[in-house]
Amino acid sequence: MLDDPRVNSLSEATVQAAQLVAGGDPKLVQIVLLSLRVSLTAVLLACLIGLPFGAAIAVSRFAGRRSVIVVLNALMGLPPVVVGLVVYLLLSRAGPLGSFGLLFTPTAMVMAQTILIVPIVAALSRQVVEDAWQEYREQLKSLGESRLGSVATLLWDLRFSLVTIVLAGFGRAAAEVGAVIIVGGNIDGVTRVMTTAIALETSKGDLPLALGLGMILLTIVLALNAAAFIVKETAQQRYG
Amino acid sequence: MDMRTPPSLLPLELARVVFAVGGRRIIDGISLRLDAGPRTIIVGPNGAGKSVLLRLCHGLLLPTSGTIRWTSPEPPGGPRRQAMVFQRPVLLRRTAVANVAYALAITGVPRAQRMPRALDALRRVGLEHLAKHPARVLSGGEQQRLALARAWALSPEVLFLDEPTASLDPGATHEIENAIGAMHASGTKIVMVTHNLGQARRLGDEILFMHQGHLAERASADRFFREPASREAAQFLEGELPW
Amino acid sequence: MVVDRRTLAISLVALIALNTVSAQAQERFITVASTTSTEQSGLFGHLLPRFEQKTGIKVHVVAVGTGQALDLARRGDADVVFVHARSAEEKFLAEGHGVKRYPVMYNDFVLLGPKSDPAKIGGGKDILQAFKNLEAARAPFVSRGDKSGTHLAELDLWKAAGIDIDAMKGPWYRDTGQGMGPALNTASSMNAYILTDRGTWLSFKNRGDLTILVEGDKRLFNQYGVMLVNPDKHPSVKKELGQMFVDWVISPEGQQAIVDYKINGEQLFFPDAGQAGA
Repeated sequence: MLDDPRVNSLSEATVQAAQLVAGGDPKLVQIVLLSLRVSLTAVLLACLIGLPFGAAIAVSRFAGRRSVIVVLNALMGLPPVVVGLVVYLLLSRAGPLGSFGLLFTPTAMVMAQTILIVPIVAALSRQVVEDAWQEYREQLKSLGESRLGSVATLLWDLRFSLVTIVLAGFGRAAAEVGAVIIVGGNIDGVTRVMTTAIALETSKGDLPLALGLGMILLTIVLALNAAAFIVKETAQQRYG
Repeated sequence: MDMRTPPSLLPLELARVVFAVGGRRIIDGISLRLDAGPRTIIVGPNGAGKSVLLRLCHGLLLPTSGTIRWTSPEPPGGPRRQAMVFQRPVLLRRTAVANVAYALAITGVPRAQRMPRALDALRRVGLEHLAKHPARVLSGGEQQRLALARAWALSPEVLFLDEPTASLDPGATHEIENAIGAMHASGTKIVMVTHNLGQARRLGDEILFMHQGHLAERASADRFFREPASREAAQFLEGELPW
Repeated sequence: MVVDRRTLAISLVALIALNTVSAQAQERFITVASTTSTEQSGLFGHLLPRFEQKTGIKVHVVAVGTGQALDLARRGDADVVFVHARSAEEKFLAEGHGVKRYPVMYNDFVLLGPKSDPAKIGGGKDILQAFKNLEAARAPFVSRGDKSGTHLAELDLWKAAGIDIDAMKGPWYRDTGQGMGPALNTASSMNAYILTDRGTWLSFKNRGDLTILVEGDKRLFNQYGVMLVNPDKHPSVKKELGQMFVDWVISPEGQQAIVDYKINGEQLFFPDAGQAGA
């Protein structure tokens, strides 16, 4: 059994992961911090754009509304590598936004991930808000609330359901490699994040290290989710 | 200082109002006039269109044809002078007092005045001790009283109520009825839909009896319960009252 | 702990702070487009710190396939190109995208295969004969198939062996479209033959049953060239800093640094800057 390379890899990986974490390897710390910075920033921007957008669609009626919803839902499945390619072409020196010199920087990675997550946040918040709108609509209208005011009121009132959506967006961002590797270039010490580091070690054949990094990534995401869940549950209990 | 009271919303005139959905006429040509003063209670069998009529008056629905006209309507975007309480209270995930303050904010009350006025409204319905409680963890009766306080804080000219005590126990029902009575005493026109005929007798000054989308009978509460003029009303009362 | 506006405001400020602090690293740097196999050999990790120490210039290496590296430079997204595909580099120059090509170093390819060696090529010194044997035996063979320097070298060898590989390839020839590492992973798990650069092989850990079967044939040598991207065509190129890198790499100091890079005591790259015809 111990000769089975699959078992070996897994146990080796766990040992690697533990050693990396215990050793406090500065390179690892830098990669983790960059991953968090890129994905959290992307989630923040995506929420600033996607939450009001999704909520606005939920409370509005306009021609073509159903088509917009279908397209929005479909965009949740945007392949990261396609987004990466498009953003690369936009930011390349030969492209329309080339003069900003953003290619191969963390900013480019944030841009690409934001584009990836906005549809998720918008489509899911649209669904959540629309479901609740049935309950709130008449009362808010009776009080004289404007459509814009309704969007803001609903987003805050539904904040506990929206936390799950934000976590979904973050999960998607932290897990993807296709977009960040193209627009970031996986440059050592500059644009290397957890996922691209794992991809690199895999292609070098160092599978235990790749798996170890994977375990660290999963642990971080798990910890974040647990924290968010606890905060949400305690607050939800209080506010009903 | 010129304290001009704004011109009154009432009377409200409905002329040949029809409300149809998918070809079905839920309101089938109603003309009526609501004046300030008497507490108006709308009764009738299920499907008569009572709730729809209420919503048409309040502006939550638009008529398919016919007109609904207030004497001097509220300017759009201006402060609300009418309010509505629904069968199930819709409260925000905030404290009780914040819910009332929210309504005041929408209607343009300056920030400094919101809290004092909100607390005052809670006091009127006996909820001031629960001001800082999250609204959604209150009991059904307390939530409905809060909804009433929220409406009351706006000092509305007209208060529409759609079966406000249908989901409440007798004790809570009694408290709501007291609050409604107090609001009326302070000058608010009451227009209420109810299934509870005892409640209609207790609270009503005049009765609007609806049947299949028509206004079948209109009379003072006294006369309606003693001697209903229409056949449908008589049948309705007979079926409902536990003789 | 409550989800309230205060907590959100604090988190927001923290996130913005994290971003601005990192953005302040406005250092002098150049972007070098190179290949995955070069980066994975570990050469840059050894070479670049020495260059940075001497000049204070940071080098950002974007490691992709040779074709992609040159394309990147064609778009003006790199300052310097450092690849190992002479004909592609000459074409790049002819198109006007590069200033001048300097030979830097060479490493060599080796032909790997399973220890069992079904095609019986082990120990041979003639790479073309080995390729003929592989085709005749229809032994499982993994190709990179990604227009990389290694892939182009492999195709040249089939051609030189007189084999029209497009016509002769069958299920035994696996065109994977992958980088060197993943292709080696595939070959290792399939017990197939594969052409690889020595550097990647020396650092590769997932060897399985593979071993070097053919090496040393001059036709397996892999020449590296460095070029500054033409600033006349691409004004955004950092020409002074880029030129400093080019100059350093072909200087005696840079060439010595290349010699000093060893894996398990073995030198991978052999400097040959200034050698005519390289």
